[in-house]
Amino acid sequence: MAGTFVPPTRFAVPGRIAVSNRAAAVWQRATVVDVRRENAAGTVSSFRLKVPDWQGHLPGQHLMLRLTAPDGYVAQRHYSIASAPDGSGEIELTLDHVPGGEVSGHLHTVARVGDVVEVRGPLSGFFAWPGDRPALLLGAGSGVVPLMSMLRHWRRAGRPVPLRLLVSARTPEDLIYAQEYGDETTVVLTRTEGRLSAAHVAPLLGPAQPEGGWEAYICGSNGFAEHASRLLVAGGQPVDRIRIERFG
Amino acid sequence: MTIEHRTTIEQRRPVEPTRGFTGRARAADRDPRLPPGQYDAADGWPVLSAEVTPELSPAEWTFRVDGLVTSPRTWTWDDAHELPASEYRGDIHCVTSWSKFGVRFGGASLDAFLAAAGPRPEATHVVAYSHTGYTTNLPLADVTGGKAWIVWEYGDGPLPPEHGGPARLIVPHLYFWKSVKWVAGLRLLDHDEPGFWEQNGYHHRGNPWREERYSGD
Repeated sequence: MAGTFVPPTRFAVPGRIAVSNRAAAVWQRATVVDVRRENAAGTVSSFRLKVPDWQGHLPGQHLMLRLTAPDGYVAQRHYSIASAPDGSGEIELTLDHVPGGEVSGHLHTVARVGDVVEVRGPLSGFFAWPGDRPALLLGAGSGVVPLMSMLRHWRRAGRPVPLRLLVSARTPEDLIYAQEYGDETTVVLTRTEGRLSAAHVAPLLGPAQPEGGWEAYICGSNGFAEHASRLLVAGGQPVDRIRIERFG
Repeated sequence: MTIEHRTTIEQRRPVEPTRGFTGRARAADRDPRLPPGQYDAADGWPVLSAEVTPELSPAEWTFRVDGLVTSPRTWTWDDAHELPASEYRGDIHCVTSWSKFGVRFGGASLDAFLAAAGPRPEATHVVAYSHTGYTTNLPLADVTGGKAWIVWEYGDGPLPPEHGGPARLIVPHLYFWKSVKWVAGLRLLDHDEPGFWEQNGYHHRGNPWREERYSGD
């Protein structure tokens, strides 16, 4: 935009895509059409939603989900979209059952197929990956959810560019989407192997990286995000090509 | 205003209750400090930053006020600490729907910095920016008159790096994306100019009590 003030240093990571303000502003009815368990521990499930007016999304985007009580009380949370954009009119969310969680608790223990919730989105073009350049994805726990949308999109598109995924989980029982990983993925089980380390990222950075370098996406707890981003920076990944989504 | 009119209609539309959802907090005993659509993060303080936490030491930190002012100025860490101490005790609200009650930030009022630079009469808005280059826009009236601070303390200690340390802006009456971490400066303008999140779909002002979350709200 002409005349826009540019600060002395560029924002580390510019936005990738513009979002639809209309889609972001309108609440839509979403019908639960399937519920599926996603880890052996039974603490994580995917909820498939039919959203008739869904405008489509890019991998990595999230939405806001709202529940309403009979007296008008509402609770709303942001959730990453797990499914690839596929034009089916349906999307999937994958949720941790957070202890005491008002919204995730309802969805895990009360919600069933046929129920209606409300969503608005997709939101934020910032963590989005349109599939156009090599992607290095690092996720921990349920932080793998938006990265799975990217992985599924990449596979549907016929693997047009290099993609690598590093997934950190405590134990095999905690690992989400265990059946879906292929040779593009390295799983790090922290209880037995220790945390993600320089040894995991070093072979992917430096001379081995694809031409033009990686676009890095990190998603997980703040502790994981801080740790993983420092590993990448120490390994030579440019700061302005690291995008982070932190879960509270 | 058209947008506010539309929002009013939207809010009046009866919302169909979600089967089986009662809500932990009832509307009747809802904490009056909690704006609509927010929940109490209690002891938690989520980090909502999309970028790598910069390694910025107090010795490297500076804060500049320029644009439509009579005397553009840059403060160092020591310069800023010579300003009268000022603190904010109260609540903060993030657009991602958590609120945090009764926090304390210590630093200096933004009024002290602006008084030294001397805003020109035609200045109406500011762009606040960080040492990493993040930007956000604010009406000048939202950061003057005791409504905004440059802070370097959280609770009794230094502001943690992932929360914007060594120093950040806080504008607690607006959603917290306006409260620039690792703040580097303010530029005063005679027009409104959307910053990073505002160009990416967020509301231009961000009043939590009106739920001004996204553009069009």
